[in-house]
Amino acid sequence: MLRFSQLLGQIVSFILFGLMLGYFSNSPSYTYHDSEMALIMVSFSHASERKEECRKFTQEELNTLAPNMRRPMDCPRERVPLYVDVMLDGENLLSKSYNPTGLAKDGSASIYERISVKPGEHQLIVKLRDSGREEGYDYESDTVINIEPKEIFVIDFRKDLGGFYFQ
Amino acid sequence: MEVLKKLLRICFEHLEDSFDALFGAKWNPFYQLGALGWFYYWIVVVSGLYLYIFFDTGVSQAYKSLEYLTHEQWYAGGIMRSLHRYASDALVVMMMVHLLREFAMDRFRSSRWFAWFTGIPMLWLVFTAGISGYWMVWDQLAQYIAITTAEFLDAVPIFGEAIARNFLTDAKLSGRFFTLMVFMHIAIPLILLFVMWIHIQRHATPKVNPPKELAIATLSMLLILSFIKPALSQAPADLSIVPTTVNLDWFYMPIYPIMNNVSGLTVWIALIGATLLLMMVPWMPPGKRAEVAVVHLDNCNGCSRCAADCPFSAIDMEPRSDGSAYKMEAVVDASHCVSCGICVGSCPTATPFRTKSELSPGIELPEDKIKILRNKTISASRNLTGTDRVIVYGCDNSLNPVEVSDTSVGVVTMPCIGMLPPSFIDFVLSKKLADGVFLTGCREGDCSYRLGIKWTDARLAGQRDPRIRKRVNQDRIGKYWAGMTRRKEFFKELTTFRLRLNKLDSAQLEDQNKINKSSEKVDA
Repeated sequence: MLRFSQLLGQIVSFILFGLMLGYFSNSPSYTYHDSEMALIMVSFSHASERKEECRKFTQEELNTLAPNMRRPMDCPRERVPLYVDVMLDGENLLSKSYNPTGLAKDGSASIYERISVKPGEHQLIVKLRDSGREEGYDYESDTVINIEPKEIFVIDFRKDLGGFYFQ
Repeated sequence: MEVLKKLLRICFEHLEDSFDALFGAKWNPFYQLGALGWFYYWIVVVSGLYLYIFFDTGVSQAYKSLEYLTHEQWYAGGIMRSLHRYASDALVVMMMVHLLREFAMDRFRSSRWFAWFTGIPMLWLVFTAGISGYWMVWDQLAQYIAITTAEFLDAVPIFGEAIARNFLTDAKLSGRFFTLMVFMHIAIPLILLFVMWIHIQRHATPKVNPPKELAIATLSMLLILSFIKPALSQAPADLSIVPTTVNLDWFYMPIYPIMNNVSGLTVWIALIGATLLLMMVPWMPPGKRAEVAVVHLDNCNGCSRCAADCPFSAIDMEPRSDGSAYKMEAVVDASHCVSCGICVGSCPTATPFRTKSELSPGIELPEDKIKILRNKTISASRNLTGTDRVIVYGCDNSLNPVEVSDTSVGVVTMPCIGMLPPSFIDFVLSKKLADGVFLTGCREGDCSYRLGIKWTDARLAGQRDPRIRKRVNQDRIGKYWAGMTRRKEFFKELTTFRLRLNKLDSAQLEDQNKINKSSEKVDA
C-alpha cells in the first residue's frame, strides 16, 4: 500500500516535471533581432565574368591535342570573384568579395548578408563588380528608402532585369 | 573522464535513492528511462497522426489549419497538439538523462558498445524530427527556425544557391515546401523507430514499456499540462518582417542562439566533433575486457537455462556438435557476452556439492571459475566463530562488502550476484560453513547487468530454475540490494539478520533441550 507521503511525493515529482516541460517548451523568450531596428538583406546569386577571355587555339596548339579533344576555342572556366559595396547615408555597410562556387570556381557566387540598420529614410547605394576590372563597378544603384522598425528590405540582383532590384 | 563518471554516478544514485523512497524500485522513473522514451515516442506518433488528418500544407493554410485545431477544436485537436509537443519534449529529457546515466553507470563497454553506438545517431534524428515539426506551424518561431536553419545549412559549401534565399519574401515560398516538411516530419520518426529497434537488439527481454501505473501517471500529467497550458502558435510568419523575440522550445533549440552568434561552419565542426566523440566513448580508454563465458560440453546437457537467463542474448542453443545423446548445446556469442556470469548461476551443473569429479560446470567464466568461488566460500568461512556466522555474497558493481569481514562474517564477491547458483547457499548451510547467507548487489530494479537481481530473487523464491532446495531454511537467508550508496542501511540489515540468526539458534537450542529432556523422561 502506498503511504500518503509517498503518494504526495509522487504527485509533487510529476508536477515538477510538468512545470519543467511547460516552462521550457516556450520560455524564456529569446531576442533574435532588436525590435527598434530594421533589417537590410543583401541576397542574390550571380555568375561573374570569366577570368580569361575565350581565344582561338593556334594550329600548333591544336596539333598537340588529342584528335577527340580538338575544338576551335579555348575558354577557361574560372570566374572572377564578385565584389559588392553597400553604402547607407554615406556609411559603408558592406564591402566584400565573394568567390564563385564549384571546384573549378566556375559557378555563380552566392551572397547572403543581414545588416541591421536604424529605421527611417536613408540614401542607399549598392555597387557590384563582376568583371576583371581593377577599379570601378559594373552595376550601381542609388535610391532613397524608407524602412520601418522590424521591416526587411531585400537587395536582390538579376542581370536579365537590368541589375539591382529591391523588395 | 573516470572522475566525471564517478561524480555523476554518485549524483544519480543519491537522486535515485530519493525516488526509490517515493516510487519504489518498480516504478522509479530512473530505472525506466528507455521504456519511458518509447512510451513518449508512441504518444507523439498517435497525436501526430491525428494532427496530420487536419494539417493543410499550403503556405497560408498551414498556420490556419493549426489555429483551427488549437482554438475551434481545442477539446481534441488542441489537446492532441499539446500532447504532441509535451511528449516530444519529455522524449528529449528521457533521452538525454538516459544517455548521461548509462555513461555514469559505465554501461557502454564490452558488448554494450552496440546500444551506446546506435543510440547516438538517435540524437540527430530526434532533434531533426522535432525541429521540422516546429517549422510546419509557419508562425514567427517557424520563420526564425527556417532562416537560422537555412543559414546553418548554407555554411556547408555544397549548395549552389543559398537555401536561405527561399525565405526572402513570401512570393518565393511555395506550398510544396510544406509538403517536403511533412514528408520529412513523417520519414525521420520512421527512421528513428527503426534505429530504436536496432538499439535494443542485443538485449534479451528489453524494457520497451514502462509499468502500467507509471505510464498512466505520466500520460495523466501530460494531459493535465495540455489542458492547463495548451501549445499555441506565435504570430503568423511574415517574410517582410523580421522575427524579433521568439519563444524557443529550449528542449529542441538550445543551439539556435549559438547558431546566430557563431559561424555556421564552427557549429558544424562542434556538432560533428561532439557526435564522433560520443560515438567513440566505449573505446576511450578501451579498458580491460574480461574473458567471455565458455561452454564445457562434457557437462552441458543442453537444458537452455543459460540461454533463457542471459540478459544480452549472448547464448544460442544449437544442435549438438560432440555426438552426445543430448540434442542441443549452448553456444556463446563472444561479441554479445559481457562476462556477467548470470549464465553460470543458471547452470544446474554449477553445484559446489560435486566432489567425485572436478567442479567444472556446463558454462562458466574463465576468470571467475565456479571452483574458485567454492574455494573462496570455504576460505571465507574457515575462521568464523560464534552463533551468527554469515557468508556475505556481493557483486563487483555495488558497494564493497569486504569491510564487514570480521570473526563472524566472511565475504565473497563476483561480477554479478546473478552468478551465484542457489546450490551455494544450500552448500554453506548444510555443510555448516556458516549459520546464514546474506546476499547483496546493485539496487533492486537497477541491476548493472539488467537481470541479475531479478533472476536471483526468482531462484530463491522457487519461481525460476535452478530453484533453491526446499530443505534450505529460508530464515537463514538474508538479502539487501544496496547499490553503491546504501552502506548504512546495508550494515543495519546485516546486523538485524545476524540477530535473527542468534534467535534462531537460541530457539533451536531450546527445542533441542526439550527433546533431550523428553528423552530422559522416557528413559527414566
